[in-house]
Amino acid sequence: MNTSLSAAVPLQAWIDGIGFIAPGLPDWPQARAVLRGEQAWQPAPSILPAAQALPAAERRRASRVVKLALALGFEAAAQAQAQADVASLRTVFAASGADGHNCHALCEQLAGDDRLISPTRFHNSVHNAAAGYWGIASGSMQPCQVIAAYDASFGAGLIDALGQLAVDDEPVLLIAHDSEYPAPLHAKRPTPDCAGLALVLSPRPGPHSLAAITLSTTGAPALALADKGLEALRQAVPALRALPLLAALAQQQAGELVLDYLPPLQLQLVVRPVRPC
Amino acid sequence: MDGNNVTPLLLSAFTATTCLGTGLAALAAGLRAQHGGLQPCLFETVALPTWIGEVAGVDEQSLPAALQHYDCRNNRLALLALQADGFAEQVRAAVDRYGCERVGVFIGTSTAGILQTELAYRRRDPATGALPDDFDYRHTHNSFSPAEFVRDVFGLESITMAVSTACSSSAKVFAAAARQLALGTIDAAIVGGVDSLCLTTLYGFSSLQLTSTQPCRPFDGERDGISVGEGAAFALLERAVTPAAGAVLLRGFGESSDAYHMSSPHPEGLGAQLAMRAALARAGLQAADIDYINLHGTATPANDAAESKAVNALFPATTACSSTKGATGHTLGAAGAVEAVICALSLQQGWLPGSVGTVALDPALQLNYLTKPQTAAPRHVLSNSFGFGGSNCSLIFSRQS
Repeated sequence: MNTSLSAAVPLQAWIDGIGFIAPGLPDWPQARAVLRGEQAWQPAPSILPAAQALPAAERRRASRVVKLALALGFEAAAQAQAQADVASLRTVFAASGADGHNCHALCEQLAGDDRLISPTRFHNSVHNAAAGYWGIASGSMQPCQVIAAYDASFGAGLIDALGQLAVDDEPVLLIAHDSEYPAPLHAKRPTPDCAGLALVLSPRPGPHSLAAITLSTTGAPALALADKGLEALRQAVPALRALPLLAALAQQQAGELVLDYLPPLQLQLVVRPVRPC
Repeated sequence: MDGNNVTPLLLSAFTATTCLGTGLAALAAGLRAQHGGLQPCLFETVALPTWIGEVAGVDEQSLPAALQHYDCRNNRLALLALQADGFAEQVRAAVDRYGCERVGVFIGTSTAGILQTELAYRRRDPATGALPDDFDYRHTHNSFSPAEFVRDVFGLESITMAVSTACSSSAKVFAAAARQLALGTIDAAIVGGVDSLCLTTLYGFSSLQLTSTQPCRPFDGERDGISVGEGAAFALLERAVTPAAGAVLLRGFGESSDAYHMSSPHPEGLGAQLAMRAALARAGLQAADIDYINLHGTATPANDAAESKAVNALFPATTACSSTKGATGHTLGAAGAVEAVICALSLQQGWLPGSVGTVALDPALQLNYLTKPQTAAPRHVLSNSFGFGGSNCSLIFSRQS
């Protein structure tokens, strides 16, 4: 089935920067080394850097998901040499859920007699809280999209990001991230930890372009990763459905690959690396 | 691609369900008679001195047997709304025309079916703390639930996404769908918004001291907060190849961010100005071409003041505007789609909504604010939707001459 995204306009982008955080993979350089097979993947809790770009009060109170999203975005922007222009970047956030710990605290309190919840908890409960803090941290007044599609969230975010590139001819920072729920919601949605990736996507090649990607759809199964630990992460964290793409980028491997999207639709990417990531 | 070629798009069908009633006739009748649908809050076990816009008949709506796993207030409301005005039949006709792999789904929501989780937390296992086995997180609470529900109601196999940017969510779905229609990845899109009453939003807005103890009074000098509402609204978008006279078109959209605060608007409405400018630019229109603005107009002191300044910065003092939230309540993530449908009715039927609940206009706000409905022949109207996190979206709709 190759019909659905038989677009009149090609869905394509140049990847200019990458950000990455996952369990045992604290940033893109270390993830790249593992994906190239230079190091073995060792399980370890995700490391979430402090949200340095936020004002002090917000930084102290920044939740795990906010730290995750901001670290991903700034790492990708730095590699794309877009750090100075971060305020001019439009963004697409893709996340399966909001802040799980905050959600649990609210539901627990609302199930009891004292329902006078904290106003900060409430405004942090929105799905776009991380995107809102990104706006404050980056100063970007550009369009900011926030998408959810359960396990298909990365694919949905990529589709809208490529749509924005084609329609508005401006770079887009795509930040796909997911975080864990504590018990008891964890049993219903067992995302193991915070993890995600960010890609600076440009409509045309530039001096920092790492690879070109072209998107279509297929019914073929997704590419599984050879490493069992990484494959488990790919299946457990919606944003990490993108791992086969990152592996191709790390290995500078040109060719086609398939990512999971929304059954029966799968994403087929043609990857053309142009320089080491 | 030239960004100006993305629109216009045809709204080939549309519908809305709010506290004014199920479907377009109830919405139009309520607005034209300035009959609001707000009532004192008696929802669930909520004990708050506030007024709400509750939709009648949601509890009685049942889901088809094959879709029982989606059962929650939010999806019942979605189905109630989809069945009104022949909307579902028109979607099915579009699916027959284009194929199930060519009709996309783009649904805005802020809280989806979180009420189901709130209720499940009262039924935790006393020994283990576990949630009950019958609680289905994915198909009720998760933000994707209403979008996946609509996809499954119509048996679709194409691009589907939820947009969740708080109270701008279901305005931004029009932009996301327009992009895919422009790219040709789809031939039609179901766009819409669904948000339903829950404890999180009622107690949450109350905690921020943003709920009024009376029916909300947009742009009134004594306004003191919102009335939380619920609603569902949908439109079927298609490329406007040869639109018939009188057809309603999506002519422009503009998105921006405040980059200012999580729950307060920029005081000068700078982000709102950017969104309105971007929508005008994409529509190829001047501010003076806009015959009516459906304001976000939540009736909080800060929101209405900031939006008023933003409108003043761009539009002539004569541009007619009003908020319709005094009639419907603030339907949160559904507000963008509800108010898009109000704009479509205004264009199609030739009237401009007058505010409900506004007694004495705030003299500090310099708008041509309609406190009574007007008969008119608007050609171009703009709708504003702004949300927490500084998310702004403006839409422009036009009537094909």
